[in-house]
Amino acid sequence: MKIHEYQAKKLFGKYRIPVPRGSVAAYSDEAVRIAQELSGFPVVVKAQIHAGGRGRGGGIRLAASSDEVRFVADEMIGMNLITRQTGSAGRLVRKVLVEEGLTIVREFYLSILVDRASAGIMVMASSAGGVNIEETAARTPENIIKVFINPLGGLQPYHCRQAGFGLGLDGSALKQFMTLLASLYRLFVDYDCSLVEINPLVMTADGRLMAVDAKVDVDGNALFRQKEIGTFFDENEVDPLEVEAEKYQLKYINLGGTIGNLVNGAGLAMATMDIIKTSGALPANFLDVGGGASAEMVEHGLRIILSDTHVKGILINIFGGILRCDVLAEGVVRAAGKTGINVPVVIRMEGTNVKQGRRILTESGLNFMTATDLRDAAEKVALIAGN
Amino acid sequence: MSIFVNKNSRLLVQGITGHEGSFHARQCINYGTNVVAGVTPGKGGQFMDDVPVFNTVQDGVAETGADCSLIFVPPVFAADAILEAADSGIGVIVAITEGIPIMDMLKVRNSLAGKKCRLIGPNCPGIITPGQFKAGIMPGQIHKPGSIGVISRSGTLTFEVVNQLSLRNIGQSTCLGIGGDPVVGTDFIDCLAAFEEDSETKGIVMVGEIGGSAEEEAAAFVRDSMTKPVVGFVAGLTAPPGRRMGHAGAIVSGGSGTAESKIEVMKECGLHVCEDLGRLGEFCEEVF
Repeated sequence: MKIHEYQAKKLFGKYRIPVPRGSVAAYSDEAVRIAQELSGFPVVVKAQIHAGGRGRGGGIRLAASSDEVRFVADEMIGMNLITRQTGSAGRLVRKVLVEEGLTIVREFYLSILVDRASAGIMVMASSAGGVNIEETAARTPENIIKVFINPLGGLQPYHCRQAGFGLGLDGSALKQFMTLLASLYRLFVDYDCSLVEINPLVMTADGRLMAVDAKVDVDGNALFRQKEIGTFFDENEVDPLEVEAEKYQLKYINLGGTIGNLVNGAGLAMATMDIIKTSGALPANFLDVGGGASAEMVEHGLRIILSDTHVKGILINIFGGILRCDVLAEGVVRAAGKTGINVPVVIRMEGTNVKQGRRILTESGLNFMTATDLRDAAEKVALIAGN
Repeated sequence: MSIFVNKNSRLLVQGITGHEGSFHARQCINYGTNVVAGVTPGKGGQFMDDVPVFNTVQDGVAETGADCSLIFVPPVFAADAILEAADSGIGVIVAITEGIPIMDMLKVRNSLAGKKCRLIGPNCPGIITPGQFKAGIMPGQIHKPGSIGVISRSGTLTFEVVNQLSLRNIGQSTCLGIGGDPVVGTDFIDCLAAFEEDSETKGIVMVGEIGGSAEEEAAAFVRDSMTKPVVGFVAGLTAPPGRRMGHAGAIVSGGSGTAESKIEVMKECGLHVCEDLGRLGEFCEEVF
């Protein structure tokens, strides 16, 4: 789960990781008041959305006076910010973070993440801060320092020294870095993070190491024990259909194509999306109803797919193991009755109680196309897509 | 023959009195699996059908000689359940549970390092040696005894693959799902190495998906250390970038998380790559 920069900085504050002074505002009046309470101008106004690349998109700006703060905040709040991570639709800005301006002499990159290959935790640092880390990785991979940590032993001072000396730090800067990294690691573990990233981490002209940006991603599987993070959830940042789907334990992602699909299991769902593409169409969504879906879940899944007006047809692909085919068929028929499915539907099912399931579909009198196997399903999808 | 489990394996089910645990324990028994014990803390002394229930895995192993465990406990308690099984001398631990926090799995994986036990999963459908032993949630009837090994990161996609094989009379030696989580106990290479050693296995189908670099590493292993033919399939050609792979995680794998790059590496390493799931059965018939 993603959280906003201002929320991440609240967590940083708790762990005494230095961040610029400032606060978040939803109105320009508020932004001006915050700016006036800081130690002078210029101040920085930062759009709060869950996407990177804000600077280049015009979402991070300097303001040299109260009037400028008002002007910038008015322009930013309510704007549709487009960055390399938002796609062409952009993201509506609802809040801005107003912070003190700093005189910066050096910029670094620092992150902690889960490394699946070593089943450990990895610290990644680079002296090329402020730059997109993917660019550094592609251009000058030797400039990236990686330190691997066994989660059982945890972060040790030598890990911090490896990263700190690697960045070319010494004296007071090295000391500050070691304290900061140790705190960041504690935050990472305490909050079940999958990623914490500071880009840039800066050295100010008066010799202070400070996190100018803050990104914290939390493992969704751990939210049951991370109540505080749960309160940070901002449903404006998520596709409303995804939020709706989550209420019924469905995993839905809108993909912008025209052929909707409903599948049990993530792997089979991805493979089904691929089949739609091979058939000459584009998948409208990813929808995994899970292993043990009920008739009700199937019904809600279909309703969510149909609420996307781009959908021209639907492919249902179920391999019934735990989810029985008769249960699936009942859900489809019920959904058809309630929502009035007005696009062609291809149904391919296999596994437990497949005969009963097919009978329910036939006897419903509804106009479904049944497919005998995946190849047959692909051909029928191609037919719908051609219409 | 088979890998990891066979007709002599003795299964203990952790969470046997729960809704899913009892349902699937019965399915395993119906398939012919020797289910010798169940564990639910606080319900020791009871029975689930004819299966004795114990308070601890240690008690269950001592009383019944169980050597394989199947875990259905909820995510909150799953790491504890895996570690309990490992410390009680269980040889093969199969964790079905989906949704275990990754921090817990990091600790489990590193705690198990160097121990004489194998963890399969979590977030997996389990393992089956057709006609002999099933520890998992797969529909038993679609499997057929034979000589092809199947390894996958997914559940229902594995069923699809197995079904296509069985319909074409291609039987299986052992089929297992290694799990869809970022950190799992057994990887493709462990399974490939075991299938290579297994005298009854003549070929392997490996079903991968986007994310991480397990498929690429497995492909290199096939090139360097295997003599048996391997068919590869990768799901997720149309998956949107960034939705499943974390921002910084993508760097670690150096852009190798996409389906395209996985397929390319598999081909370079001499795997027989099938790009159309609808024709996988046919494809395997030609290769094997």
